[in-house]
Amino acid sequence: MRPPLQSVNDCVVKFANVNGSGSASANGLFAKAVFRMGIPLSAKNIFPSNIQGLPTWFEVRVNHKGYIGRRGGVDFMVGVNPHSMVRDVAEVVPGGYFLHDSTKPLAPTLKREDLHYVGIPLTDMCIREYRKPRHRQLFKNVIYVGALAALLDMDFQVFKDLINEQFKRKEKLIPANINALEMGYNYAKEHYECPLGVRIQRGPCEARHLTETNPIFIDGNTATALGAIYGGATVAAWYPITPSTSVVEAFEKYANKLRVDPGTGQKKFAVVQAEDELAALGVVIGGSWNGARSFTATSGPGISLMSEFLGLAYFAEIPAVLVDVQRAGPSTGMPTRVQQSDVISCAYASHGDTKHVLLIPSTPAECFEMMAQSLDLADQLQTPIILLSDLDLGMNDWMSPPLDWEKGRGLDRGKVLDGDALDKMQERFGRYLDVDGDGIPYRTYPATHPEKGAFFTRGTSRDEYATYTENGAEYVKNMDRLIAKWETAKKYVPSPKMRKSPWKTEFGMMFYGTSSSSCYEAMDHLAQKNIWVDTLRVRAFPFNEDVQRFLDNHQYIFVVEQNRDAQMRQLLINECDVNPDKLIAILNYDGMPITAHFIQLEILKLECVSDQLHADALDVNALI
Amino acid sequence: MSFTKSKFRHPKLPTNRRGFTRASYEGAISTLCAGCGHDSISAAIIQACYELELEPHKIAKMSGIGCSSKTPTYFLGKSHGFNSVHGRMPSVATGANLANKDLTYIGVSGDGDTASIGMGQFIHVIRRNLNMLYIVENNGCYGLTKGQDSATADEGSVNKKGIENPFYGLDLASLALQAGASFVGRSFSGDKNQLIPLIKAGLTHKGFAFLDVISPCVTFNNHEHSTKSYGHVRDSKDAVPLDFIAHQDEITAEYDPGSTQEVKMHDGSYIRLYKSREDYDISDPFAALTEVAKYNRQGKILTGLLHADTYKKSLHETLNTSDTPLQKLGDEDLIPDSEFLATINQSLR
Repeated sequence: MRPPLQSVNDCVVKFANVNGSGSASANGLFAKAVFRMGIPLSAKNIFPSNIQGLPTWFEVRVNHKGYIGRRGGVDFMVGVNPHSMVRDVAEVVPGGYFLHDSTKPLAPTLKREDLHYVGIPLTDMCIREYRKPRHRQLFKNVIYVGALAALLDMDFQVFKDLINEQFKRKEKLIPANINALEMGYNYAKEHYECPLGVRIQRGPCEARHLTETNPIFIDGNTATALGAIYGGATVAAWYPITPSTSVVEAFEKYANKLRVDPGTGQKKFAVVQAEDELAALGVVIGGSWNGARSFTATSGPGISLMSEFLGLAYFAEIPAVLVDVQRAGPSTGMPTRVQQSDVISCAYASHGDTKHVLLIPSTPAECFEMMAQSLDLADQLQTPIILLSDLDLGMNDWMSPPLDWEKGRGLDRGKVLDGDALDKMQERFGRYLDVDGDGIPYRTYPATHPEKGAFFTRGTSRDEYATYTENGAEYVKNMDRLIAKWETAKKYVPSPKMRKSPWKTEFGMMFYGTSSSSCYEAMDHLAQKNIWVDTLRVRAFPFNEDVQRFLDNHQYIFVVEQNRDAQMRQLLINECDVNPDKLIAILNYDGMPITAHFIQLEILKLECVSDQLHADALDVNALI
Repeated sequence: MSFTKSKFRHPKLPTNRRGFTRASYEGAISTLCAGCGHDSISAAIIQACYELELEPHKIAKMSGIGCSSKTPTYFLGKSHGFNSVHGRMPSVATGANLANKDLTYIGVSGDGDTASIGMGQFIHVIRRNLNMLYIVENNGCYGLTKGQDSATADEGSVNKKGIENPFYGLDLASLALQAGASFVGRSFSGDKNQLIPLIKAGLTHKGFAFLDVISPCVTFNNHEHSTKSYGHVRDSKDAVPLDFIAHQDEITAEYDPGSTQEVKMHDGSYIRLYKSREDYDISDPFAALTEVAKYNRQGKILTGLLHADTYKKSLHETLNTSDTPLQKLGDEDLIPDSEFLATINQSLR
């Protein structure tokens, strides 16, 4: 018998359920309770592309140091889906716990010598307590959450408070839910020596950057939607696609709260569910062309369809904001699993010489800020801006610093000439004339002036005055100005974030988006082995000089990403001055969020790293 | 290429009541083939806007790709125009219209742009009843790529190479009726007496106004045995004449009410149809469908206003958007209080 795991505020708790059985809200209650207790956590919903009946998981990582990337392995499994139990049992680490419904005995094949089993007769308890079949199913989930509170030594009052808040508007559901919680709690107390070795307790926390900001618990898509509200978006057009759907749904929800005239009931926004992604981006382009901030949200398959319009917006210089919540491709791929595999397709979407500005958030707070910034940037640069989020960030709840909007901050609509400006103009208005030398021309909205400022927008080649031309010199002048504008964009986009190791090192690590938490964790673990790594979190494309300097200053650079083809590495080779041999790809692309363990393992396997380990520690496997 | 015209105008050119001459509505010189039906439609648009006394800069011209989609360069030179991508004008027009409900939107498309690559967007812009005039300049062939059959080429019509079209020709007016268009008309580029009032009515209609205008391609589809040639259309069309009486116009003539049918528009203007055939209720799209089918079966072309429903809600009414156009909303309308964010943050703890 393996001794049970012992840990305080450092564990992975996973729930294995059947989708459509109401487990999501009970599991969410557990995660929210950890959050309320002030302990850093991440909560990841691992769900099927299905509405009812297939296996679904919810994985909560609790870590007092603030490591909220995925860890890998499970310390405490709540295994209540008979269909996935074989793999669920296998996933638990030696010494870990397996909670199951003991109404029926567990099959002998599911018994592992090195695990500790916690049986609770969930079905039996529900049959005795509830009459309606739906209640019997729903409360089973609440009962195991109550049991966890006792087993893991959690503050039971927090659970009760959450139930009271959750059902504030449906008060009659409160007693039934609290009763179910107590049933589980009491059963565990009576039948097991509570608490067990794995514990979640209020207490001091080393992750001040997370806990001292008065954090919130929010998914990236909701934060993105709020960014669109504060960023002044008025037109949203979209086609439903997992995992981006909740961006526009949340936008509409908040707009209905915030943008409705109380007197007339009229709306200061418009949401159009388009016939497909092509039309969705068409609506955005039309809206932006006519002066309304517009955006769409989609995922990889939508990017493929939108490529034609992206080329138009790039070439005709029309602002457009596009949120790509990436999922696993190619084609339909794994629609409910995560990847960072649209980097190349977004950066160079559409035929001809095109490049697009990408903003890459890695926290909900950045989703909020970068979405608002995207709307400004699109107007300032008169080009599409793609917010490159992903399923893990978009659909899961994250512990995040609160959203912040500086009082008095306004919208920057870029170079738009109004009627007065046109009146004062002596020279002829040239829509594509580089007046300021930054590659960004001035534009006018339709109906600005009776006589001046009208022009013809087109995807065909034109001269500086927007007149159609097939003159090669004029075409080249325009294409070169677009590159000048691209150079300007480098000054506008968010800079990468660097963390330097305390010692000078030839090792660098580059990453972006949701790989970040796991990379920082891996960086700490490597430091404990005297492998010092500087890190650079890329937050935008085009790359600015900070990226180039990082490449110049390191001999070996681990480029960590969640796709097969090392797309960011390709982009760096393509756009920067770097010897490709320096860039070592660390890739995870199984659709599950990357873990620190994996990153560390891959790096330690590298010859350039193992050479630096002490002679007595050369056995890499012994280190991990 | 496009050419600009001489700016010189006779000082005593007549003006409309807003003070605009007809020339104020013109554009660059057309580069289409001499005799192209599309140029007549451009001229009809210019005349209709002049007569309706619209302010040129408050019109937005939208188009897709193709010969027809090039024409917005050749009219309304003081208006903003948007030559978008092939078959996708309806979505761009939708966004533009959502941004500013106060402008007049004219979309010009062709049979390739609408009936093939853009069929999806066409049907869906109708479903949304976007407030715009959508003209298809229908010549049954792809002009810019030298005369291939389009999806509206009639079955059995002979193309430039002498080959009979083996496929069924789509009837865009019937499709528009089926999709719920609130205003549907058909006309002929060579019949300006009918086309101009139809365009005026379509521009005045609050909702989606669709005009299928047969517009012969003189270069690739104007020969014998083509059903989209000038000769064939003239011989086989049955035109229902009409007048458009704008709300600001005086009524000058009295007609025997028994020989006309009137359609009242939302702004007090009305359309007067002169009967030349058995009557049907113009507000009933199914009656219109039947009537069109009857003509099609006989190989004839029914032109005129086919259907008008002036009560149907336009997209802005459906979405209940503010009277102030969305593009005119300022920071104070759009950015919620910082305190509200504090409330949201609190709700997420």
